[in-house]
Amino acid sequence: MAPAPDGGWQRPVRRVLSIGFFFVVWHYSTKWDVDLYVRFQNIPTPWEVLEEAAAQLRGAAFYGHILASLERIWLGFAVATVLGIALGLLIGWFRLAEDTLFPPIELLRPIPAVAWVPLSIMLWPTERSSIVFITTLGAFFPIVLNTVHGVEGIDRQLVRAATSLGAGRAAIFREVVIPGALPSIVTGLSVGMGVSWICLISAEMISGQFGVGYFTWVAYGIVKYSQVVVGMLTIGVLGMLSSALIRLVGWRCMPWLPRRVKDGG
Amino acid sequence: MSTGATGRIEITDLGIEFSRNGRTVEAVRAFTLMTTPGEIVALLGPSGCGKTTVLNAVAGFVAPTAGQVAVDGEAVAAPGADRGVVFQQHSLFPWKTVLGNVEFGLKMRGVGKAARTAQARTYLSLVGLIGFEHAYPGELSGGMQQRVGIARVLVNRPRVMLMDEPFGALDAQTRLTMQELLLSVWREVRTTILFVTHDIDEALFLADRVAVMTARPGQIRDLVAVKLARPRAATVIATPEFMALKARILTQVREESVRALSGRRP
Repeated sequence: MAPAPDGGWQRPVRRVLSIGFFFVVWHYSTKWDVDLYVRFQNIPTPWEVLEEAAAQLRGAAFYGHILASLERIWLGFAVATVLGIALGLLIGWFRLAEDTLFPPIELLRPIPAVAWVPLSIMLWPTERSSIVFITTLGAFFPIVLNTVHGVEGIDRQLVRAATSLGAGRAAIFREVVIPGALPSIVTGLSVGMGVSWICLISAEMISGQFGVGYFTWVAYGIVKYSQVVVGMLTIGVLGMLSSALIRLVGWRCMPWLPRRVKDGG
Repeated sequence: MSTGATGRIEITDLGIEFSRNGRTVEAVRAFTLMTTPGEIVALLGPSGCGKTTVLNAVAGFVAPTAGQVAVDGEAVAAPGADRGVVFQQHSLFPWKTVLGNVEFGLKMRGVGKAARTAQARTYLSLVGLIGFEHAYPGELSGGMQQRVGIARVLVNRPRVMLMDEPFGALDAQTRLTMQELLLSVWREVRTTILFVTHDIDEALFLADRVAVMTARPGQIRDLVAVKLARPRAATVIATPEFMALKARILTQVREESVRALSGRRP
């Protein structure tokens, strides 16, 4: 098979070599205990991490931490999705809602969700509910803002077209406003999912007794450094799978968008 | 299909003013026009002369500052399916298929799914789009999108179809094809059409009467009866009668264009 104009088989090969190079650098940096201001003496080798991952995957405790984190993320994310989309649609479409609901949101938005941890512990009765609250906060702001922007970006001509075809106010909201804002809503969900993972892990490291963030932080405390890296990798994989799930659901809801736009979102 | 007994637009002494950047702009002044049922009337004039504003007043998108707009004796108060609008472009719902777009008006009236699909297909076949029911607007060419726009309005059996430079964004060849298609569709449905354009050939080829508008504030400067025989072939634009009408209108439109430009001084 002749190589394609853009490099054909050469590009995947280069990409695999690039990953291989990364592992080689990791391996020798840790094996030779490299100390060039950044110190690799305490960093586990790729093999130690692999062995630790295999050991963790055989035990039950590891899955308990994953389940605890997943439960918190989906609970927090679900609350943020419902609240964020509902408020965003109202704020974007009704001036009264914009004037009454939006100012407090704008006021609190610049505060990173992690900064809420102490207050959240005071506000909520259980550790679980306070961590879910932080996760919700993290996802809420990107979802509500993107929903508002999506509604405000709706082409007024489509609204006119709908009214001249006999649509009333409720039908316009259902048939034009919601689908019109959907691409922006999905973007908000995708960003919100990323932020809520950041918030969850931070909150678990600060005040947790379960969860992948707690698992990673405790491993550091008890000097099990390969377990730290296993925790990091687990967080990465879970975050990636969650984002992929959001994108998949997004595509399913928006069959009218061309593929390349969907991939960008 | 439609009987053609309805569709009398009565615009009497219409005046429309806008507030723009704190200044009041008079878009239309003392505009009077009546159509007979089943007639095609073109509103022709330089850009910014207020012809789209007149159409928007009939659609119910803008309220008159003075005068009245009525269709079949009913004063226009709000947009409604009896006065469907075909816009210049990008007015189909991107998230609905071709069929979903054409069914929209019927869905708003509460027509059941099976009945509205059947009716929508009738009008899709009228505009030559059978086979594209399940395509999304983004997958269609500009000309096909406008055909969906026409079917979407006609399926409601409106008293009048309001067309706001509907072929203005199309290339010359497609535009001519669409003009011929519109006339063949109109022969079937006989709906009154109010057609806004700045293209003299288009106005004369389509219309029974051409209302030539003045520069802003828009009034009717001349009402030209186009007595070219129907059905009209594309070659009609090369006939002496057509040329004579075109020369008459061209002189007027040029004068108004010059006035529109000189009137734009700050």
